[in-house]
Amino acid sequence: MRYHYFPGCSLKGLGRAYDESLRPVMERLGVELAEIDDWNCCGATAYMSTDHCNACALGARNIAIAESSGPGDIVAPCNACYLALNKTRNCLAGDSATRAAVQKALAVAKLTYTGTAAVRHPLEVLVYDVGINVIKRNVVRPLKDLKIAPYYGCQLVRPHCSFDDQWNPTAMDRILTALGARVVDFPLKTRCCGGSLTGTAPEAGLRLTHIILGEAQRRGADLIATICPLCQFNLDSYHDQIARRWGPARIPAVYITQLMGMAFGLPTEQLGLKRNFLPADKLLAAT
Amino acid sequence: MELGQKIKCEADRTAGFGKAIAAMPGCERLGSCIQCGACSGACPLSIYMDQSPRQVIALVRGDFKKQALSCNTIWLCSSCYACTVQCPREIGITDIMYALKQCAMSERAYPAGLSIPILARQFVRMVVRRGRITETRLVMRFFLQTNWKAAISSWRLGLNLIRTRRFGIRQQHIKQHLELAAMLAQAKNANAGGSP
Repeated sequence: MRYHYFPGCSLKGLGRAYDESLRPVMERLGVELAEIDDWNCCGATAYMSTDHCNACALGARNIAIAESSGPGDIVAPCNACYLALNKTRNCLAGDSATRAAVQKALAVAKLTYTGTAAVRHPLEVLVYDVGINVIKRNVVRPLKDLKIAPYYGCQLVRPHCSFDDQWNPTAMDRILTALGARVVDFPLKTRCCGGSLTGTAPEAGLRLTHIILGEAQRRGADLIATICPLCQFNLDSYHDQIARRWGPARIPAVYITQLMGMAFGLPTEQLGLKRNFLPADKLLAAT
Repeated sequence: MELGQKIKCEADRTAGFGKAIAAMPGCERLGSCIQCGACSGACPLSIYMDQSPRQVIALVRGDFKKQALSCNTIWLCSSCYACTVQCPREIGITDIMYALKQCAMSERAYPAGLSIPILARQFVRMVVRRGRITETRLVMRFFLQTNWKAAISSWRLGLNLIRTRRFGIRQQHIKQHLELAAMLAQAKNANAGGSP
């Protein structure tokens, strides 16, 4: 199985533990990730707030480069990248004026957008291309006795996702179960973490992060499993400020790929677990 | 007692504004809103908004451009799309928020004292110049421009980032950043005139 890989800026920056753990886990499962040559920022929400056509051109450049380098779908692990690239695809499919303008812009770089490469999230690839049984077969150190809250964040499942439910997705629940963990029933699994508002409007942003952490605590979770670098950053980085305002809710947040790596018996130091502010001690002790 | 206008009137309208927003990508179903308020209920940030999402839709449809662009609602929208998938009339509410943000950005009509649009502007500038975002640099630049005291008070966060080797100060960039900038200039020209 070969895919074009779009890591995105976060996976090279604050969320690099996601990139570090995703690569060896995918390799173990026989998934080849070929990084898209000279990929650019997806534009995220900030670019879409400024200019629609330019935001589409940014996404289209990445997709066009991937398409020109061979067949295969694109894997985008960051929820914001996944959404931005899928939004681009949907806009270009349904809006001929934007498509013509974007093609004209791409022509400057001698690129052409065809729309043949689908944009997919690792969760989808893991559950539907690799398969739960294959994941289960690779588990050598089950995450037994660990209670994990699956937190998907908002931008994976809404509104462009075709492989899971918009309010109650289950792909990550199924993977966690296959790893031997106890999945906590977590109704806030797709509630917004606050996104960049934790920095720009902390009164509102931190409260949203606190709500996720507090609910995970109430439900007895040892850990929160995440699939988005911004969610992981928010849930991990503001414990002192949150404790000051609303009381402590110190639950470590790790990437699903770090949990998979631990369960697969991969060396801990390869999984970026030391990059957490709040260390996942229970995970390290349990495996 | 100082008197202030409490109710909007005909003179506050900008004729054609609602239609212009409805013509923007993803906003086509604006006119079918039944004002049920499902969007405001689904929105995790509506408790901080000076106009609820439902009210913003009504303002746009009623051509109240100034009020729609100057509220904090469109900037507090974090694009979680809860409203969009909840709307019984399948209105692209998040896309309408984006259309309003684009409009406010191009006319610099966002509320004073709100730093969210400044982050968006700096983000765009970094992408145009370098092709990629270096998060640490973007955040430092943002705090220096908007609230340097906050930058100082988050020293602990900075130290933690250094400790976990994530304080990447080296600017990330793509090889073809000039080509990308030319591409974006081309697309921007194509866009000109499309915004209300």
